[in-house]
Amino acid sequence: MLLEPALVISAVLFTLGVAGVLLRRNAIVIFMCVELMLNAVNLTFVALAQRLGVGGQVFVFFVMAVAAAEAAVGLAIILAVYRHKQTVNLQNINILKG
Amino acid sequence: MTGTAVDLIWLAPALALAGFVLNGTLALWRPNAKVAVTVIGVGVLVGAFAVAGAVVSAFAGLHAEAPVVQQYWSWMPVGTLQVDVALQVDQLSAVMVLVVTGVGSLIHLFSVGYMKADAGYARYFAYLNLFIFFMLVLVLGANFPLMFVGWEGVGLCSYLLIGFWFNEKVNADAGKKAFIVNRIGDFGFLVAMFIIFWATGSLDFREVFSRAPTLLATGGGAVTAITLFLFLGCTGKSAQIPLYTWLPDAMQGPTPVSALIHAATMVTAGVYLVARCNILFALAPISGAVVAGVGALTALFAATIALKQWDIKRVLAYSTISQLGYMFVGVGTGAMAAGVFHLVTHAFFKALLFLGSGSVIYAMHHAYHATHSHEDAQDMRNMGGLRRHMPWTAALMWIATLAIAGVPPLSGFFSKDEILAAAFTRGTVQPAWYAFWGLGLAAALLTAFYMTRLMIYTFHGPSRTGADAEAHLHEAPWIMTAPLVVLGLLSIAGGMLNVPELWSGHAWLHHWLEPVTAAGAALLPEAHVSTGMEWTLVAIAVAVAVTGIVGAWRLLKPEALAPARSAPAERGLAKVLRNKWYVDELYDFFVVQPLLWLSREVLWKYVDQRAVDGAGVNGAARGARALGWLGSRLQTGQVGVYVTVFVVGVLLILWRVAP
Repeated sequence: MLLEPALVISAVLFTLGVAGVLLRRNAIVIFMCVELMLNAVNLTFVALAQRLGVGGQVFVFFVMAVAAAEAAVGLAIILAVYRHKQTVNLQNINILKG
Repeated sequence: MTGTAVDLIWLAPALALAGFVLNGTLALWRPNAKVAVTVIGVGVLVGAFAVAGAVVSAFAGLHAEAPVVQQYWSWMPVGTLQVDVALQVDQLSAVMVLVVTGVGSLIHLFSVGYMKADAGYARYFAYLNLFIFFMLVLVLGANFPLMFVGWEGVGLCSYLLIGFWFNEKVNADAGKKAFIVNRIGDFGFLVAMFIIFWATGSLDFREVFSRAPTLLATGGGAVTAITLFLFLGCTGKSAQIPLYTWLPDAMQGPTPVSALIHAATMVTAGVYLVARCNILFALAPISGAVVAGVGALTALFAATIALKQWDIKRVLAYSTISQLGYMFVGVGTGAMAAGVFHLVTHAFFKALLFLGSGSVIYAMHHAYHATHSHEDAQDMRNMGGLRRHMPWTAALMWIATLAIAGVPPLSGFFSKDEILAAAFTRGTVQPAWYAFWGLGLAAALLTAFYMTRLMIYTFHGPSRTGADAEAHLHEAPWIMTAPLVVLGLLSIAGGMLNVPELWSGHAWLHHWLEPVTAAGAALLPEAHVSTGMEWTLVAIAVAVAVTGIVGAWRLLKPEALAPARSAPAERGLAKVLRNKWYVDELYDFFVVQPLLWLSREVLWKYVDQRAVDGAGVNGAARGARALGWLGSRLQTGQVGVYVTVFVVGVLLILWRVAP
């Protein structure tokens, strides 16, 4: 039931996420794009669960839990970086170069 | 295992090694415990001599035709190459073991007096014991590699003892020279071993010598190469042309060392090696002629140099080279017993001469020391008239002089005459040997001359020591004179070992060595001379010896000699002889300096500094740093770049790997 449109939407969402990560400079926006990709994957899981069994739906909960933990850690890091450098622009955060 | 005292042969080298370990320990922690060092150092040698005596008498009781080999453990089991640590007792090694431990004991005893006041007393005896150990390994080893261990070991001890007083650069240089010149000879020994293994498939004496007649063609390339390379080793160790130059310089060591290592034992190792490999040399007629020819040339050449040396020990050093030449004439001719016989008698009278000169130097040194004089204690021009102060030494050295000159019935007469007679006899079938006989005879004349010269200048005529120093001259203590007396008796009676049948003797040593030498002797051409001819040869030899002695006595005027300080410089031929035919200078110009230039200008400045250090070591470091720099350019610190690379990588994987 509507499998194909669901997969197309999730692919579009995922591509938007990747493009955002690649092109944006603001750490918060990049973080949101990562969430977008995760949720695109979630959508795929849910859509395919109707054909391949409930395992996919169960997995979605795992991904959500992990994403929640990741959001906590990631936002904390961004906050710490902002306190340190007064910016969240990734072009200005480059002290890890060789 | 024979169940007799022969099984105890390991004890002889083991005792010497134990002496080295104990004395070496004392030298490091208790260098002044001279009593302990003496007891250990001399004790182990006397013990080793006792063991050797028991072993040899037990071996004689076995009447063995084949060598008795004692195998201890496997040393190098590599495929078909099986080398064991094994000691071999046969008639030849029995003679050598007795000479090494017997003469060695006497010289150790002499050293107790000679080195008494030296700070390095313990170190000295440690080295001397180590030398005896390696020398016993050399003569007892049952295969070529084990013999080579002894061969190298005695070379090491020789180096250590020549440079014993290493505080003076000239002594250290002399040690270095001996070591390096010997390396050239050792290269020959090594190559010979490689060819022996390649040609016969073994390095064990018994197997090599039993297979040699069937595997190696007589006069063939392989056996000629083996024997010539072996002889190259001999020229190094036994100081023959062209590698003899180290031996005169080796006199920088303590005098007992010169007596033990550089006259009686180590330098005769080459003669032992040829006698041991007599079957190989019998298979290679060219090598035999080379050995005899080089020996004869060396005998004469060294004798000419000895004519004009002033240092008492240098005269004896060149005399040693000359006498070693005789031994090589003997073994090169195939008269192994004659060569070994001369080796034994030479060990007696040359050890006596060296120890006697040691007594003289000891007395001179003390006299000059007491008067705070800085004259040369070894220069014969500073001696003269010493027989009045040292009658024992003078009398004993006269015995040795007559023996080396070949005056009957002293030991040297029999051995030297036997060698010359053997060379002459071989000449009847191969005329080249007539030339070797002639060279030997000329050398015999010079030998008698320069030895008499040494005695006249040292012990006769007026004293040139200086009036106040002369009052301090006296005979050395009994512990130094007693070994001289024993050696004197041996120098007189040593000839009894091998009185030829011509003199209605039994040629005892000749028959004793027959089991070792028979196989080789059977391959040599038969040659005989009539009894009348033999007597003529004896008469010629005696006439030559007497001519030399009387000639020197008549020609040389010790009264006219000036002390070293005010002596005029030599001119003409005398100057050439005084400077040893400038051989050292020639070697320096043609070998040493080009080698130094090559090392310094090419090998050091280009090969080492530019190629190895520059291109090799620094180049590798520079290359690694450049690669690292390239890699570090990837790390921009821009997260965006990392993510892009990551995404591109994932896409590539999806595209190429996951279909």
